[in-house]
Amino acid sequence: MPVLETEGLKQWHRRTGRESLGHWVMWLIGVAVFAYCWQQISQATTWFFVWDAPTIAEDIWTRATPPKWEYITQLGKPIWDTLNIATLGTIIALVLAVPVAFLAARNTTPSALVIRPIALLIIVATRSINSLIWALLLIAIIGPGVFAGVIAIAIRSIGFCAKLLYEAIEEIDETQVEAIKATGASRWQVMAYGIVPQILPAFAGIAVFRWDINIRESTVLGLVGAGGIGLQLSSSLNVLAWPQVSLILLVILAAVVISEWVSAKVRGAII
Amino acid sequence: MSAPDTDLQRLVGKPWKKPPFIQRNWLRWTLILGFFAYLVAAFMTIEVNWSRVYEGLERGKQFVLAFTSPDFTTRSGDIYEGMVESIVMTVAASVVGIGISIPIALGAARNVAPLPVYLICRSIIAISRALQEIIVAILLVAIFGFGPLAGFLTLSFATIGFLSKLLAEDIESMDRVQAEAIKASGARWSQWINYGVQPQVMPRLIGLSMYRIDINFRESAILGLVGAGGIGATLNTAFDRYEYDTAAAILLIIIVIVMALEYLSGIIRARVQ
Repeated sequence: MPVLETEGLKQWHRRTGRESLGHWVMWLIGVAVFAYCWQQISQATTWFFVWDAPTIAEDIWTRATPPKWEYITQLGKPIWDTLNIATLGTIIALVLAVPVAFLAARNTTPSALVIRPIALLIIVATRSINSLIWALLLIAIIGPGVFAGVIAIAIRSIGFCAKLLYEAIEEIDETQVEAIKATGASRWQVMAYGIVPQILPAFAGIAVFRWDINIRESTVLGLVGAGGIGLQLSSSLNVLAWPQVSLILLVILAAVVISEWVSAKVRGAII
Repeated sequence: MSAPDTDLQRLVGKPWKKPPFIQRNWLRWTLILGFFAYLVAAFMTIEVNWSRVYEGLERGKQFVLAFTSPDFTTRSGDIYEGMVESIVMTVAASVVGIGISIPIALGAARNVAPLPVYLICRSIIAISRALQEIIVAILLVAIFGFGPLAGFLTLSFATIGFLSKLLAEDIESMDRVQAEAIKASGARWSQWINYGVQPQVMPRLIGLSMYRIDINFRESAILGLVGAGGIGATLNTAFDRYEYDTAAAILLIIIVIVMALEYLSGIIRARVQ
């Protein structure tokens, strides 16, 4: 307990002298780094535009309200496409993620030296690149459209689903697996009856959770040309049709809220 | 189990069958049928230009090959500038975002804040979470002009929603006894927060902050697509010009930095917990 004696009075301090010195140095470095970063941002900014921002924001607001409600008739198909991108992408991702997860989990991988690192690499590589970048890449390869969006969402989701799934596999109760093994079950029977029932709730939870995230991501994929409601958003932005933009943003917001609600309900029902 | 219907089954008993995942028969079949009906409907509406896809496979192969020989040198200047801008945006936005989200998290915890403050803070969090980064970035670029300032503001805004929500949940589930003890010693409100609440939520705060820095870096890589600064603009240009080797180099750098951040945050989280 750091207690300092000053003028015969014992006084409690939270930290010892050395500790508080360390804290000060850390704070100093932190503040210096932040100041440097801020200076960099400030240099790259045209401050005139920033001081002008309130006027511009007000201007955009007056242009964007009220939303052009009759435009909603043209949004049915894009919304359907967005839903398809998210759902099909999630399904493909789950199909691909299950084997990757089994290969990556410490207790089910066939070879911890060779195959596990490869599976982990797949997980990290697909997870660390955003779906918009995957979409950009796939559009260059297979052309713009809904299909590129589905594949982009699928690839991006593999890492996420496989990571959560292999953590679930590693946390299973080994005694149940042992019990199935003791009946003389083969390797695949052990998987089907010992491991799969234990991770099924986690799997369903992950699927719905990722579907919810994918709905969000697929609404903006159109910005780079990969189909969905984002296409309408980007074309409306390009012609500065702000009433349409505000309507599309409202629709996206509604889609996000509904998907979150659905996913919360389904997860509540499963778990 | 229904009654055994053959002599043999009466003798040896029915073989065990795996119980279905969904117990109610009608619900299971409705779900399965609905799912397949949806799949058919979805596949009908997706138009895939297979000849275009086939043509693209050649380019896909080139891209995969580009990963084996990434070109870091030709555009090294652009890559370096973009990366520095991304990192600068990440650091600044994380610092400001975390700084703002701590008071909002306190306000959004029902056991710390009074009801009006609670409602205001919760609605701030809800707004921030509902709007996606890229859409916020588009609006902020329209308002503040191109450049990293828009990206910085976007990331800060997104950080608030994420961090405040999770931190507020942690504050709400803290141990009341410790906080009570500090209060009983006659502490002011600020002392109560500092000595009663803060030590309990600090490990979680550090862990979440590290995680958010990681996310912010990943997001900063795409903000450039809409003109909000960072490596995304360089990446977009590389794709547009079919310079796959440069694009591969940028993607590799992103992956390496994300892996390093994840490793670092793992160490830090293990140390504070």
